[in-house]
Amino acid sequence: MEPILTGRNLVKRYGRVTALDNCDFDLYPGEILAVIGDNGAGKSSLIKAISGAVQLDEGEITLEGRKVRFASPIAARAAGIETVYQTLAMSPGLSIADNMFMGREIRKPGILGSVFRKLDHAEMQRIARQKLSELGLMTIQNINQAVETLSGGQRQGVAVARAAAFGSKVIILDEPTAALGVKESRRVLELILDVRSRGIPIILISHNMPHVFEVADRIHVHRLGRRLCLINPKEHSMSDAVAYMTGAKVPDQALAA
Amino acid sequence: MSTISPGPQGFEAAIKPAGADQVAEFVHRKSALERMQHILHETPWLAPLMVLIASLIGFGIAVGARFFSAYALTLILQQVTITGIVGVAQSLVILTAGIDLSVGAIMVLASVLMGQCTFVYGLPAPISILCGFAFGAAVGYLNGTLVARMKLPPFIVTLGMWQIVLAANYLYSNNQTIGATQIELKAPLLQYLGNTFVIGANAAGNGGATFTYGVILMLALVLLFAYVLRHTAWGRHVYAVGDDPDAAALAGVQVKRMLISVYTLSGLICAVAGWALIGRIGAISPNSGQFENINSITAVVIGGISLFGGRGSILGMIFGAMIVGVFTLGLNMYGTDPQWTYLLIGALIIVAVAVDQWIRKAAV
Ligand SMILES: Nc1ncnc2c1ncn2[C@@H]1O[C@H](COP(=O)(O)OP(=O)(O)OP(=O)(O)O)[C@@H](O)[C@H]1O
Ligand SMILES: [Mg+2]
Repeated sequence: MEPILTGRNLVKRYGRVTALDNCDFDLYPGEILAVIGDNGAGKSSLIKAISGAVQLDEGEITLEGRKVRFASPIAARAAGIETVYQTLAMSPGLSIADNMFMGREIRKPGILGSVFRKLDHAEMQRIARQKLSELGLMTIQNINQAVETLSGGQRQGVAVARAAAFGSKVIILDEPTAALGVKESRRVLELILDVRSRGIPIILISHNMPHVFEVADRIHVHRLGRRLCLINPKEHSMSDAVAYMTGAKVPDQALAA
Repeated sequence: MSTISPGPQGFEAAIKPAGADQVAEFVHRKSALERMQHILHETPWLAPLMVLIASLIGFGIAVGARFFSAYALTLILQQVTITGIVGVAQSLVILTAGIDLSVGAIMVLASVLMGQCTFVYGLPAPISILCGFAFGAAVGYLNGTLVARMKLPPFIVTLGMWQIVLAANYLYSNNQTIGATQIELKAPLLQYLGNTFVIGANAAGNGGATFTYGVILMLALVLLFAYVLRHTAWGRHVYAVGDDPDAAALAGVQVKRMLISVYTLSGLICAVAGWALIGRIGAISPNSGQFENINSITAVVIGGISLFGGRGSILGMIFGAMIVGVFTLGLNMYGTDPQWTYLLIGALIIVAVAVDQWIRKAAV
């Protein structure tokens, strides 16, 4: 099987810091690929390079075999790659519905929409409410409440719902459960499995080893700006993963990517 | 560690029976003060409207029936026409967390340009007016490009542009005024927005609600942009960019393009204000309207639009402009030293910003 998304020799520098150092990366159709690594290992830099949020200095990304270079997150989104960033990328003063449809607003049918550019607030609110209840993460009193009035976990839930609602080829989640409670995390994990069952592959960045080992098909261990190794969660223990990640143990030749 | 089986862990078993589909509610008893804070947060034009009504009542009592005449009240609208139109431009820019100090200068030079095109180059008045509009949009575009592409602070860019445009204004016009009668004879269209219509004058033709076309234009612009900001994607993006530009960019807003469009539009609206200015003062004078940047910022701030961007509404701005108008006319009719107006407006600005901070702080 051919990978749906690949990265080869990706290099990203921020001034003197090398966040990505000749990093390789592969995502196969229909899989959940977990990316783990220490703080500052370069995980977020990797997914930002893929999603067009930062521009690579070197290297090549392919999507479905074709070379791509996304100049902005909008371009990546248009290609079907949806991302939940670690910072969530929400406008605090705007409503949940506004945030979910930012940059892809629905307009009213007919001339109200085409000439007067009038937004269909009711439709967007309906879909937003539906997506949130599908996620079952939380029942928000009011879909029009400003995002800044939500708790950190609720915001994360909205961001995940947004990505799950619109992703068609690849969904990238950068620490989607970091701020969530036990119950809400469980919902997000169920959602991730649900998305996979729709055939959409997922990249999951997480520091939560039980979560990673529960849902991942493969685990990409990121260390010092590159892929250290790929491990199969069924054949390795969490302590192995942590040992590789922190450098306490060096992976076998066979594993090393 | 290695014996953990996939799937929910033991301690999570308690989650499901608790009714997974139950509605999680955030019942949270709020004090009256918190509720008010919430309402003010939701409807940012409410506070300025209340201040406007209170000051109308206050001056009505202090000055007497004269103040409540249709004539006096519509006079206030006439007096705030220019500030109101420029305030629309300023509101758009401030909502993106920027500021435009060049608004007044663009307005004046646009009006001067309209006069020069007509009287020096002999162009027909409609073309001259369009030249003025094009000039305003071009300066705005330049501001926007410097802010968005060169990433220069809006304060600095527009401070510089203010000086540049104002100096160009004097050099270009030779500091000469074009008189009202000359305009009336040759190009009355330039004064068009100063034309009035009266509703309900008495038999002698005095009093009555008196509107200039400029007032109508101002109100139309306010309503137009209230609609655009609330009901179009562009409008929602203005707020998103002002709130958090990085988040907006990640969420799919073309931030640079958005900023350039806002500054360009600001310049264009200022040029429209330049046309209205000719109607308001009858003549074309390079010395008029130079404090419109300060006046418009005052209206915006009193109107409850946050200088940090992303919060507030254009309706609030127009109420803010009217509050200043009410104070100016009211104190004038009351017969005090006009300095009292500035003193009170100054106090109001500080109160407005303090209230804004309070509303933002506990925004629940
Ligand atoms: N915008 C930036 N400017 C400068 N340096 C940056 C920037 N973003 C990331 N870096 C640097 O790049 C390196 C990798 O950061 P990155 O955010 O990718 O790490 P991470 O693996 O996601 O860490 P965490 O687990 O803490 O989220 C770090 O050394 C960081 O300091
Ligand atoms: Mg990160």
